[in-house]
Amino acid sequence: MIDFCGIELRHAVINGSGTFDAIAARRAFGDELLREFPFSAFVSKTITPEPRAGNPPPRLWETPSGLINSIGLPNKGLDGFLDHDLPQLTELPVPLIVSVMGTSHEEFVRLVEGVAGRDEVAAIELNVSCPNVKSGLIVGESPEEARSLLERVRPLTGKPLIVKLTPNVADPIPVALAAEAGGADAVSLINTLRATAIDPGSGERWLGGGTGGLSGPAVRAVALAHVGAVSAAISVPLVAMGGISSGRDAAEMVSAGARIVAIGTESFRDPAAGSRIAAELGGEVARISG
Amino acid sequence: MTAGQARGLGERVVAPFGRRLCQVTRNLPAGGYRIFSALDPAGPEPAAGQFYMLAAESGWGGDQGRPYLARAFSVADAEREGSGVRLDFLVQAVGPGTSRLAELEAGEGLWLHGPLGRPFAAPDRVHDQRRPQTPPPDIAGAILVGGGIGVAPLALWRRRLLSAGIPARVLLGFRDRANSGGLHLFDCSEIRLASEDGHTGHRGYVTDLLAVLLEGDDASSAAVYACGPPAMLEAVRVLCAGRGVACELALEAPMACGFGACFGCAIPRSTIDGRHNNRGRTYMRLCVDGPVVRGDEIETALVPGSGH
Repeated sequence: MIDFCGIELRHAVINGSGTFDAIAARRAFGDELLREFPFSAFVSKTITPEPRAGNPPPRLWETPSGLINSIGLPNKGLDGFLDHDLPQLTELPVPLIVSVMGTSHEEFVRLVEGVAGRDEVAAIELNVSCPNVKSGLIVGESPEEARSLLERVRPLTGKPLIVKLTPNVADPIPVALAAEAGGADAVSLINTLRATAIDPGSGERWLGGGTGGLSGPAVRAVALAHVGAVSAAISVPLVAMGGISSGRDAAEMVSAGARIVAIGTESFRDPAAGSRIAAELGGEVARISG
Repeated sequence: MTAGQARGLGERVVAPFGRRLCQVTRNLPAGGYRIFSALDPAGPEPAAGQFYMLAAESGWGGDQGRPYLARAFSVADAEREGSGVRLDFLVQAVGPGTSRLAELEAGEGLWLHGPLGRPFAAPDRVHDQRRPQTPPPDIAGAILVGGGIGVAPLALWRRRLLSAGIPARVLLGFRDRANSGGLHLFDCSEIRLASEDGHTGHRGYVTDLLAVLLEGDDASSAAVYACGPPAMLEAVRVLCAGRGVACELALEAPMACGFGACFGCAIPRSTIDGRHNNRGRTYMRLCVDGPVVRGDEIETALVPGSGH
């Protein structure tokens, strides 16, 4: 068992938000998904106060050893999530972490209060990769914005608050320090790297949303650098992600200072990748410490 | 086929969880395409219209880093062989993923997960939600319309329909001789062909043949099933909507996972729901809500990004 912010986890591998839809996966794989659930905790797709349809297609572009996505956070909104999705996610055999994103303190307050009040929710991840509509600053790129948001929502719940850090900054440490100072229980990193693609046929932008985020092994070295830098600067635990596709990749993140790791794009290639990587990571830890 | 299997016609088959390594057993030329087979040692028999995510065991994500993600392929034929299931896939080499799959040799490993997605529904269950009063299509009237590489899922669907005692008329269209594979999968006389270069059958589009069929007295009791390039599918959708004929279309969109995880394969839903209410712009995920959709569920079959 691993202790993560007071939550007991069977192993060190969870999913990145928005990279695994347990409800859709159960439609595809049936109840075998529950018996063989690949993650030791489940992180929901990011929910917003109101429903969102998401970006127009195309939404994907394959790069060398990577994937650009421009999905646009489609979700049922807070009420739709609590009414429709949460009861189904409660059937999963692991603790539930709910990811939320607002465009103002008021929206974040509504989301945190709505989610934290449910016993089924073990922790909350704050997706801060969007602008505060009042300041126009992206919360995750501004230490001041990050700290004031944390100070606003921290008193609302005793449940662990995890701040998802963006790599789209020159230095990730100031925002990580601000999140810690504001009362975050953990940070998770990295989110995707801003990226885009050109349609080779037309020369126009390929993605319906214009730009997107790069993930997969193509970003793993960047993620490793951010994890190492942030872990040296703060004392709360880290969830490391970014291109992990093997136990060795995961072990490197642990060596760089991660408490646990998250799998994203690799699950697209193999739905059960989380279980495989958790088993491989156990072997790597034994090899290194042996 | 047993009666029990016939009752299950058109029902979604649930996939084993995780990907599994299969062995390629053959790879043959097929009219400008390739058709390769893999023996799935554990998997269930798929329903027609369902698909698998495929990746070669070696030479995938190599020096150039592409192909990286698995590629979605509908299954062209599937048959129980020993304790496993033989799966046939029709492939045309158009990019790094399809090129690697097209050169697979017998004995090589193939990673797959599946069967995935929503299959073709039995003819009596293809209702147009906008016209709930329309009598369900007569069980005698399946019309299969295929174009190019898109003939693949229709081959399996035709076999399943015939096994269930449901006659199917088949219309297939090809661009030219170099793009005319998969005909042998149909192996029947009830088949009409079109080619844009006139090398076989009607010179023109397969939808010309469909338009003639839909003029017939029994057309309104038919269920049309189509798979092919977006422009062909859109023509089928418009033809059927105009004639009041129920249709199902097997679509494609760029897809990373195949099981609803990445939200990448979104296509716009029809903004008019079954009660004629405008529900605004919403999307469906083609991998779990499709790839087979009814014509009235979508605004257009011209899916942005397909064909790549």
